[in-house]
Amino acid sequence: MKHMLQQIFQSGKFVTGFVIFVAIVLGVIIYPLVIPDPPLKIIAQGTFFEPGIYVNVYDSINTKYYTLNLDEAAERRIADRLGDEDRQAIQTWLVGNGMAENEIDITNTEQLLDQWFNNFDPTTRLPGMTNADRNYYIRLNNNIQGLLRTEGAVIAEMNEETAVLEETATVPQTAYVNISQVPNVRILPLGTDNFGRDVLTELIRATGVSLQIGLVAGAIATLIGLVLGLVSGYIGGFVDDIIMFITNLFTVIPSFVLLILISFSISQEQRGAFTIAVVIGFTSWVWTARAVRSQVISLRNRDHVNLSKLSGHSITHIIVRDILPYIASYVIMALILQISSGILAEAGLSILGLGPKTTEVPTLGLMMNWAMIYQAHILGKWWAYFPVILTIALIAFSMNLMNTGLDQVFNPALRE
Amino acid sequence: MADKRKSCLSGKGVTKVFGFGRTRTVAVNNVDFDFKEGEVISIVGESGSGKTTLAKMLLGLISETEGDIYFQGEKRDISSHGKRKAYWQQIQAIFQDPFASFNIFNKIDSVLLDCINMRGGGRLPYEQKVEMMTEACSFVNLKFEELTNKYPFELSGGQQQRLMIARIFLLKPKILLADEPTSMIDACSRATILDYLLQLRDEVGMTPIFITHDIGLAYYVSDTVYIMEKGVFVESGSADEVILHPKQPYTQRLINDVPKIYEEWDLSTV
Ligand SMILES: Nc1ncnc2c1ncn2[C@@H]1O[C@H](COP(=O)(O)OP(=O)(O)OP(=O)(O)O)[C@@H](O)[C@H]1O
Ligand SMILES: [Mg+2]
Repeated sequence: MKHMLQQIFQSGKFVTGFVIFVAIVLGVIIYPLVIPDPPLKIIAQGTFFEPGIYVNVYDSINTKYYTLNLDEAAERRIADRLGDEDRQAIQTWLVGNGMAENEIDITNTEQLLDQWFNNFDPTTRLPGMTNADRNYYIRLNNNIQGLLRTEGAVIAEMNEETAVLEETATVPQTAYVNISQVPNVRILPLGTDNFGRDVLTELIRATGVSLQIGLVAGAIATLIGLVLGLVSGYIGGFVDDIIMFITNLFTVIPSFVLLILISFSISQEQRGAFTIAVVIGFTSWVWTARAVRSQVISLRNRDHVNLSKLSGHSITHIIVRDILPYIASYVIMALILQISSGILAEAGLSILGLGPKTTEVPTLGLMMNWAMIYQAHILGKWWAYFPVILTIALIAFSMNLMNTGLDQVFNPALRE
Repeated sequence: MADKRKSCLSGKGVTKVFGFGRTRTVAVNNVDFDFKEGEVISIVGESGSGKTTLAKMLLGLISETEGDIYFQGEKRDISSHGKRKAYWQQIQAIFQDPFASFNIFNKIDSVLLDCINMRGGGRLPYEQKVEMMTEACSFVNLKFEELTNKYPFELSGGQQQRLMIARIFLLKPKILLADEPTSMIDACSRATILDYLLQLRDEVGMTPIFITHDIGLAYYVSDTVYIMEKGVFVESGSADEVILHPKQPYTQRLINDVPKIYEEWDLSTV
């Protein structure tokens, strides 16, 4: 056994897959210890906040200021405020005023503003310009002038008796706060979703739940498939006929349809994640049973099985020691596929609204479902669905790597 | 003239058909035989003539399509696990393909220990078991110390074949079905190993049944020879009778196909 484990961990593929998988599992375990927020708590007012660091504005104002004289600060501020539309308008005006188009670079804020101040004259009337256009340019000019102001922002409080604003402080443009001194800063590495929940917290919990669903469903399906396949393949005859009859029944009815019917007949209230996992497991063992059976049939007449019979071993011994090890890597591969298909089946059910009830725990399927219903993919809110897809892919990828590595160990003749 | 020796294994109309329809193959076709206790028997036939299939039926590893097999004069009954185990304590085999005959997950020790258990030696102290295994290996020119804790697939074909034979020295069965037992063993070890096997006949009254396409070997070891062609026994009798005075052209051909070292090889007819 120890020897076997050593062998397994010498396989580069297995180790890579194992590391990825363990990293996912560790993330699922450790993250809630650090950030114990309930995963479904709605924190954002509004949908799909972008990923980033959110600093409390009110707290920043009341935090100690530091003065930093940085050259680029003003320029950056203006560059950020001056929108694309405004830049386009400036260009149009300048061109209309007789400047060559290739002289103007609308991405170069400093040069653009220079050109603007040197040429703009509110009294000039360009050909084809309406009154409304003229007013627009005057407003734009005022805005730009405002941007260039250096006085800082005034903070005022309302005097309750007189209802007059009284100036309490001024925030100069060179004032900075140290983010570590601001009491309320929230990092949202993956932003928020359509309901205003923290996507990362939700995703990590969902990964945990989906892994559990996959494992339970995969284990049930593989166990049923394995036992039925082994028994019907090795014993054959009447037993085989009965088992194959049941298997064929399940094959004729597509398992997903069965899954939908069963899920539908269980009321939403009772549809916990575990129930869904069990239902998935009980409807997806068919092809494992078939695959195992055909493997066993090809193995049962091999000479090593004959030799085991001649050595007086019982049927159980032969199945467990002479057949099972030969199909072990196959069964593990089946288990891995069953786990990922379990995760996907849950996703499919969730999309149809037949998944686990949505009030308790998130699952990867439910997250995909919400992202789709609220059109995150159309609105370009990648953080609401891309990390979910990536997680599903990573889980499947890591398990496949482990499987390939295991194959070399389970099949000693493949070893070098 | 009726043979007075006891019959140990006999068959009437034994037939094996594989597949059906277009893939139907009659591997063994209605053969009768009577193997006597203590004699050395050879079944000789070209490749594909059904020798291995017959052997597997005799061992009870595959069922016969038709016909009956009698063990020690009585109709063979291997309907339950207990009865099969008892049967296999009496009849054992050396399989043709040593590469396919061992479980690649079990160490060599377990192959040999299984044989000791089969003969009821499971409770013996481990040292004594090692002694028995070492002795059995020495008969086939293997060193147990070098094999212990190794896997069968780490051995060469010839070594695996010898390991197969070593089992027999631990099992000491009443009947041995040896399917090409020495095909991968060098001529020098072959004679010694065959001699040791034949000694078991005197020691425990084992009846060896050799299956081979090498009529020379058959002549060298056996008392009685059965010639098999396309699933049928075309000729049988004492080795001298069959090989020195063959009646069938098929037998004649088998004899002629044995290359003789001192004769010049005539390749022009090939
Ligand atoms: N499991 C099987 N299914 C179908 N046909 C089989 C099976 N086993 C053997 N046969 C067929 O039965 C015939 C006899 O095969 P068998 O293995 O008994 O020959 P053999 O005399 O042992 O040959 P060799 O000397 O090459 O070992 C062959 O034509 C073979 O194709
Ligand atoms: Mg053969």
